[in-house]
Amino acid sequence: MGKTQIVSAQEAAKVIKDGMTVMVGGFMNNGSPRDLIKAICDAGAKDLTIVCNDCGFVGVGAGALLANGQVKKLIASHVGLNKQVAEKYNAGELELVLQPQGTLAEQIRAAGAGLGGVITPTGMGTIVAEGKDTIVIDGKEYLVEKPIHADVAVIGAYMADETGNAIYKGSTRNFNVLMASAADTVIVAAEHIVPAGEIGPDHVETPHIFVDYLVQETNIGEFE
Amino acid sequence: MDKNEVKNFIAKRVAKELHDGDVVNLGIGLPTLIPNFLPEGVDVTLQSENGFIGLVSTEMEDKELARYVCNAGGAPASIAKDGMFFDSATSFGIIRGGHVDVTVLGSMEVAENGDIANWIVPGKSVPGMGGAMDLVVGAKKVIVAMTHTQKGAPKILKHCTLPLTAEKQVNLIVTEMGVMEVRPEGLVLTEYNPEYTIEEVQAATEATLIIPDDIKQMEL
Repeated sequence: MGKTQIVSAQEAAKVIKDGMTVMVGGFMNNGSPRDLIKAICDAGAKDLTIVCNDCGFVGVGAGALLANGQVKKLIASHVGLNKQVAEKYNAGELELVLQPQGTLAEQIRAAGAGLGGVITPTGMGTIVAEGKDTIVIDGKEYLVEKPIHADVAVIGAYMADETGNAIYKGSTRNFNVLMASAADTVIVAAEHIVPAGEIGPDHVETPHIFVDYLVQETNIGEFE
Repeated sequence: MDKNEVKNFIAKRVAKELHDGDVVNLGIGLPTLIPNFLPEGVDVTLQSENGFIGLVSTEMEDKELARYVCNAGGAPASIAKDGMFFDSATSFGIIRGGHVDVTVLGSMEVAENGDIANWIVPGKSVPGMGGAMDLVVGAKKVIVAMTHTQKGAPKILKHCTLPLTAEKQVNLIVTEMGVMEVRPEGLVLTEYNPEYTIEEVQAATEATLIIPDDIKQMEL
């Protein structure tokens, strides 16, 4: 794994190559790192599979990557606030997989935790269950959902120490905390970078062992 | 009643279903009006599926913090003194794990057996289910709060025509025309709005309503 490297957003964006699966943290952009996403747009990797809760808004958050024509496939739970998703999907330009939000969260957590899948009652009896395995436990039928792993995770944090230990603020935790565990390469974009030890072991939420690159970010919070 | 009066009327009636101490998740739109009508002495904890309990629907007073806190609809919000922020897995663990007493959400269709369809209109609108599938499966009580019809067409049906959000999960439906309980014997109209006759309520409903002897008029 090696130690966390502090690099520029431009430098970090280079790890994303054509065809990769990339997780983008945030919920309606709340917790999505804007500067880092802009650098990924500028770097221009194509045919990406993006895993995110909602694809932000048109041109904003994960929506910036979609607007920039870099996304081949989208795995999300809610895309109603980004009309470009429906436009591109209806035009046959985008593969779209919609998963229940709690299932998506657990699929990502399962990948990070080395679990073989998620066994959930959610989605039973709906089109979400079509073509998937089910399992009966103590007389109740559950849906089996596979883990979701990524090549790269793009995480928005409030603060990180220089070793990569990160904390969040407000409702920006959302998918960030989970995605930071579930990718081969994890880039944390933090609004504040402080000396090692300053956050303190009682408060760290993402341990530095998950984090490969740390970049300075100016905006992870804004959601409108 | 105009559109806003209808929404407030429904929200006010749903508010009577909530009990002091309940943990409640409210969907986007009409359900967010419900806290305005909580009876005196009823204090509930609101769960926000994007990651906290203690949702308060006003912007944070601390402007530095305000940009870090939104509700599940992406609108500014703040958190109560006894609240807590967490990640999405914890949030849906709370939801799926049965720690939410009541969820109130809107719907496009509900069937008389409690089936609900509110996340996709194939070929037209693909917003996604968001947290709705987990909420209706996980919450102890599922209340649908919606207008009784859509452009005159019934939304309370014998069978849903749209892809389901979940099977047999709805417990109660509250509309501007009445209150309906999903029971083993069928859909029971427990209350009706006296602005309408019971026959008018049935005429606006595709599902067969069971009319109990002790049916009441809706009171707010």
